[in-house]
Amino acid sequence: MSNKQAELRSGKLTLTWEKRQLSSPWLSAAIPIFSVFMALFLSGAFLALTGFNPLEIYGAMLDGAFGSAYGISETLVKAIPLALAGLGVALAFRMLLWNIGAEGQFYMGAFAASWVALTFPDLPTQIMLPAMFLAGALAGGVWALIPAIPRAVLGVNETITTLMLNYVAILWVDYLVYGPWRDPAGFNFPLTAPFSAAAHLPTYGATRVHFGLVFALIGAVIIYIVLQRTKWGYEIRVIGENQTAARYAGMSISKNIMLVMFLSGGFAGLAGMSEVSGITHRLQHGISSGYGYTAIIVAWLSKLNPFTIIAVAFLLGGLLVGGYNTQTMGVPSATVSMIQGAILFFLLGGELLTRYRIYFTRKGENS
Amino acid sequence: MDFIAKCGEVHALLGENGAGKSTLMSALTGLYRPDSGEIRLRDKTIELKSPRDAIEHGIGMVHQHFKLVKPFTVTENIALGASTTPFLLNLDKVEAEIVSLAEKYGLKVDPRAKIWQLSVGEQQRVEIIKMLYRGAEILILDEPTAVLTPQEVDDLFETLRQMANAGCAVIFITHKFREVMAGSDTITVLRNGQNVATVKTSETDQNKLAQLMVGREMTAKSLEKKGQPGEVVLKLDKVEAFNDKGLPALQCISTEIRAGEILGIAGVAGNGQRELAEVVTGLRETSGGKIMISGKDYTDRSPKEFISAGVAHVPEDRLGTGLVPNLTAVDNILLKDYRNHQGYFLDLKESRKLAEKMVEDFQIKLSSIDDPIKLMSGGNLQKMLLAREFHSEPKLIVAVYPVRGLDIGATRAVRQLLLEQREQGAAILLISEDLDELMELADKIAVMYEGEIMDILPPTYDNLEAIGLLMAGSKCEEVGA
Amino acid sequence: MTSDQIIAILAAAIVAGTPLLYAALGEIITERAGIINLGVEGMMLVGAVSGFTVAVGTGNPWFGVMAAAAAGGAMASIHAFLTISLRANQVVSGLALTIFGTGLSGFLGKPMVGIVAPKTLAIINVPALSSIPWLGPIFFRQDGLVYLSYLIVPLLWFYFYRTRGGLNMRAIGENPAAADSVGINVFLLRYAYTVIGGAFAGVAGAYLSLAYAPTWLENMTAGRGWIAVALVIFAMWDPVKAMLGSYLFGGIDAMGFRLQAMGINVISPFFLKMLPYIFTVIVLIIATRQSLKKHIGAPGSLGLPYDREER
Repeated sequence: MSNKQAELRSGKLTLTWEKRQLSSPWLSAAIPIFSVFMALFLSGAFLALTGFNPLEIYGAMLDGAFGSAYGISETLVKAIPLALAGLGVALAFRMLLWNIGAEGQFYMGAFAASWVALTFPDLPTQIMLPAMFLAGALAGGVWALIPAIPRAVLGVNETITTLMLNYVAILWVDYLVYGPWRDPAGFNFPLTAPFSAAAHLPTYGATRVHFGLVFALIGAVIIYIVLQRTKWGYEIRVIGENQTAARYAGMSISKNIMLVMFLSGGFAGLAGMSEVSGITHRLQHGISSGYGYTAIIVAWLSKLNPFTIIAVAFLLGGLLVGGYNTQTMGVPSATVSMIQGAILFFLLGGELLTRYRIYFTRKGENS
Repeated sequence: MDFIAKCGEVHALLGENGAGKSTLMSALTGLYRPDSGEIRLRDKTIELKSPRDAIEHGIGMVHQHFKLVKPFTVTENIALGASTTPFLLNLDKVEAEIVSLAEKYGLKVDPRAKIWQLSVGEQQRVEIIKMLYRGAEILILDEPTAVLTPQEVDDLFETLRQMANAGCAVIFITHKFREVMAGSDTITVLRNGQNVATVKTSETDQNKLAQLMVGREMTAKSLEKKGQPGEVVLKLDKVEAFNDKGLPALQCISTEIRAGEILGIAGVAGNGQRELAEVVTGLRETSGGKIMISGKDYTDRSPKEFISAGVAHVPEDRLGTGLVPNLTAVDNILLKDYRNHQGYFLDLKESRKLAEKMVEDFQIKLSSIDDPIKLMSGGNLQKMLLAREFHSEPKLIVAVYPVRGLDIGATRAVRQLLLEQREQGAAILLISEDLDELMELADKIAVMYEGEIMDILPPTYDNLEAIGLLMAGSKCEEVGA
Repeated sequence: MTSDQIIAILAAAIVAGTPLLYAALGEIITERAGIINLGVEGMMLVGAVSGFTVAVGTGNPWFGVMAAAAAGGAMASIHAFLTISLRANQVVSGLALTIFGTGLSGFLGKPMVGIVAPKTLAIINVPALSSIPWLGPIFFRQDGLVYLSYLIVPLLWFYFYRTRGGLNMRAIGENPAAADSVGINVFLLRYAYTVIGGAFAGVAGAYLSLAYAPTWLENMTAGRGWIAVALVIFAMWDPVKAMLGSYLFGGIDAMGFRLQAMGINVISPFFLKMLPYIFTVIVLIIATRQSLKKHIGAPGSLGLPYDREER
């Protein structure tokens, strides 16, 4: 019996696809790159249809994102939360835990860090910043732990539960910034009073690039080492690859589910903390412009590799900055989301090629 | 292969696993296309391109794994996909038809019951009625008694008899003699894809069937059984357990294995062997009895504890359970051992050295220890698994169908490795489908049938026939062993 | 609170609940067939912008509704292709659809911002029925799409439970192997139901831009698509329960608004808005626990691609 999955016949040609035994590493790297190009091509077509010159637009995007020191620094600013949240999401995905709740974990991290800053404004920075760091990570971790427990114990689908908690977290922050935490001197805008200087993450030079970058870089290294070199990381990898074998080897699956989700949320929470401490210096409505969701694309596009995540976060950050830049040319910022969505589509479709081989044969030939 | 079924007859198809029964039936129901030969229905040659074709020709099959929609009622399941079902469902009409069919053939079932509420035997009846509702006149049942209690088995045979009397041709596939003798009119025995004999049930008996099924080409080499078996390593005391379907899989199992001894478990797959292996490695809970390893009680402990007690497990499904296909050889070798590394980190250098040593010692062929192992051949995978399991110098080795799917070279290598372990004083529980293998390797052979150990016999040529009969369910007394 | 105010809130609950209802019904259809489509938010937005654009262009809001249905269906077909033919991960594909749809709708809608549609869906007072005290003003002084939903819910219920088509649909969602074994075309039907589900989501979006708001604003769905996904679970995949749930969630929305406008601030409206999501998590936990014991809950093969090879 062959591995043939399906066949399409048309005249003398047959299109067959059969399951691959071995996925070629060349393809595994080429497909994500190919997906990005196809997405840009498709979106370019849309742009052309609506009267824009796609090459001009893409050029402007590139220029805005990478064409100047300022552009690059802004790209880094966007890359930091994407990288941190992406690392967290990828960690969960490694164990086939679909943590769609990075957005909510981000918000909770931002909330907790803000609580420290607003409640203890007179702390010296050496205590303030670590406290905010801890608070942010813990809050994000706990927020992810809430859906993790029913998943570990009862097998409740974590996709929906993490998603629902996103909205609860966003509404919670809204409640605070429209209500009890609203800055009386803020002209009724939904934001808190500004943090004391001690609560600001240090920045580099005259740019807005803040210390969160270091968190992200160190985070990537730590995750890599943990996954590849430690006993626990080994367990995570085995459970994600083959749960039956993991059980056979005596690994505890439910304990690991909770631990991994906690860490995953912790990273996303840290992303939130770094955003309020490094950029906005206050808690406000809309503190995240969908970073938690974009992080999913980052993780997927990077095939869950921590170092690739840093690079991809940088690229997608550039996409965001480039998108802002072209707004002045009349291109809606929504184009960025379109491109992101299209990248994901082509990625998903392209994965088919890594799992299956597709080829043509002529009638009479042997495959 | 030639096969003839007549209407008004209950025809049993007998053979061991792999003898060709399922393949034959799949061809008859449109799932496979025969490479050569033809199928004739009432003297007309027919071609079956899909299960739908088969049903239209009046051939209906009841599979071992039921294709029923659990939340639906019986009526809904039977109406589903039937060509006579109108757009506006008229379930009352279907119900009436079901009731009349049930009466005609003696199949008791409540049309309004939901499938998940029904017992397995009742679900099977639904599958049968499903076929009858669609006008099947030839009914094929694949291992129908595998999931039934003895009471339900009797009911089933009564039903089959009634169906045959009403004019159908009934064929059932099995490997159990008792049922064949009790329920059929004609028996066809298959072995190695060939029709070895077709006999009338009234003209044969279990002994003759056993000979036909198992064949007389068995060469029993009695190897030098050496050594003094040492202390008792594994002791099972009245162990009971349920299988995944909730039916009793192990009943009152009591036995022991000593160090330096191989206990072979003979029996057709599906009689509790898998559950036995799982209970002795911590992957399944018991419902009664005690499991002792070197005198300590290990009943219902976790797999981790069994591993640290020195139990090695060579599972039935090597790629699905024992190994992680997408990970490298180095990663897989770590699977049992990783906890022993100091601290939080894995000593990867050590692991690589170990992997290389294993590859050399066991002559494992692979492209690189850094490539995903799913590329390796079955034989090499098994060697790697054994290398890993034996590295920890286990006290007890549970080997389940260790040579399944391997070529001759690999098979010999695996058997040699097991014998070496015995030399070193390990106790081995060897579950195998191959009587030859058991004769060669085991010090004593326990025959399992329907969750019980029928008897434990020394592996001599004289006992061969007895073992065959016990495997198919004959009681000790009948066998005269 | 006067009775007039109560009636106003309840009538508003229906208006707020109708887009949720359409979206939820569409997702129920898709999920009953075994496919989970998390792209509802994106499909609704694309429906909203297409509906609005066509309505403005043709001057007839009903053409807009039809265009929205087509647009939603087209979006859903991308998801269908990826998940059914290419067997891609359904969760990620749905998310991609949401992100893409959000972007696409913003892109296409740019020229529409600030435009007033010449005609939006008109309120129709049903003769006689609209005069019944209490029930009349609440149920029978609404627009055409609301009345259509009153008809669709029982029709869907009838289809699910009383027709062969509905039986087949439920079968492919519960146990596609069983359905395949009796000759039902699982692939084709899954495609069809996914696209139909998308059409419903498109109509839901059109309701927002042609009746509820009525205008076009980027991201105007504000998470309603996700509430609809939650609603499906809350309603246990049943159309009638979905109707009740939609009006309930819509009512929470409407009530929050009114209470704020009247200056009553007992519970912050933010906490009220959290309720649908928290409810859903609780319902999901209970449903999972129960389906471990009995067989109530999500369609058996929801989210799993059907692979014929694994027979």
